[in-house]
Amino acid sequence: MSRPTRRQVLYGSAAALTGAALTAPIALAGTAAARPAEGHGHPAEDGHPAPDGHSGHDMPEPFDEMYQGRHIEGWPADEEGMRKGGAQKAKSRKAHAGHGSGAPHAAHPADHGGMHDGMDFVVRIDNDDLHVMRNADGTWISLVNHYQTFSTPQALARAAVRELQGAELVPVITG
Amino acid sequence: MAVRKNQADLTATEKRNFVDAVLELKRSGRYDEFISTHNAFIIGDTDEGERTGHRSPSFLPWHRRFLLQFEQALQSVTPSVMLPYWDWTVDRSPRSSLWADDFLGGDGRTGDGRVTSGPFAFGSGKWPMNIRVDGRTFLRRSLGTGVRDLPTRAEVDRVLAMSVYDAAPWNSSSDGFRNNIEGWRGPNLHNRVHVWVGGQMTTGASPNDPVFWLHHCFIDKLWADWRRMHPTSPYVPNGDTPDVVDLHDTMKPWNDITPADLLDHTKFYTYA
Repeated sequence: MSRPTRRQVLYGSAAALTGAALTAPIALAGTAAARPAEGHGHPAEDGHPAPDGHSGHDMPEPFDEMYQGRHIEGWPADEEGMRKGGAQKAKSRKAHAGHGSGAPHAAHPADHGGMHDGMDFVVRIDNDDLHVMRNADGTWISLVNHYQTFSTPQALARAAVRELQGAELVPVITG
Repeated sequence: MAVRKNQADLTATEKRNFVDAVLELKRSGRYDEFISTHNAFIIGDTDEGERTGHRSPSFLPWHRRFLLQFEQALQSVTPSVMLPYWDWTVDRSPRSSLWADDFLGGDGRTGDGRVTSGPFAFGSGKWPMNIRVDGRTFLRRSLGTGVRDLPTRAEVDRVLAMSVYDAAPWNSSSDGFRNNIEGWRGPNLHNRVHVWVGGQMTTGASPNDPVFWLHHCFIDKLWADWRRMHPTSPYVPNGDTPDVVDLHDTMKPWNDITPADLLDHTKFYTYA
């Protein structure tokens, strides 16, 4: 098994980031924007849903901050697509153009369309992508803290920083 | 008949054979294929999309097959080896024999969480982290820090008492036995144990820690216990559910086995 190189694989086209989940006829919950970010990123009660799940359907707001010496940022994945304009879109497209260009696309063994299926939000730590996923109740998990739910992507990103203890994220070979 | 034992009841020889077989799978590269598969499903299984290994009714049969495959790989090294299970309702302490140096090794050290003793310690040179989510190349643990306490027997019994296997929408927001044992609802059993162990066990690449197999073996045993307690409660759903593995649907990545084929564990092994 060769060692995965940084920036290897993982990313399909930016179009894959539009995320079918966003157009699914499902009342997605958890409007994090209305809540203060958790300073300590405590998961909602050991993996329990946030108490206000099912209260709304808005995506959390983008964030961009230094946290414990790491640059964490995040924005809704649909900004990667054709729905919204603005600087974020240009920035994220540019960033993605550098992702594993020419590298073989890591096929999910279950033939998922792309690694970003189900990814509603882009989260980066020092410009490396952290895979995140939104739960049906509006809470969030990341690949670093996958068995623990957080009420916002920002809380999740901060928790990942604490978990990483300075280590860099590496794209994971999945296939 | 092949018997899976409680890890606390293993003999010194059984522990050594298990550890040696795991290390041999690692050395040959076969171990990391299991980590890759698990991580791929962790990423791919979503509440509103296709879901097979997690957050879905097939969480239990999928892991049953996954463990069987791993157990068969171990047996290709040493035919007598069986997966042991870790009953975390009883062996709740970092001082449990599970974490001794003749078995899985101990807790991570303060500071960076590195496991420094036992066969899987970085210093042994036999346990590299090839499939990982960050740059750290050593096995890490932080027993009891992500969450203070492992689930109790009373919490397990509360979940075992649920008579319905699973329920729409067949994901992390479902009621029923499967989602309560998986931990997205209720007292949080399976998920919480991953968090309690800490280190790689909290990530999508959780099989990097060999305790993954002992944890899931106990989850598998609890499913067997539940079926005995609720003999008339069927696996559901059982027909044409989008994105979800129905009773007679084949499961990825194998595509040759269905939940129906896996309901009776006694075809493969029994639990002591």
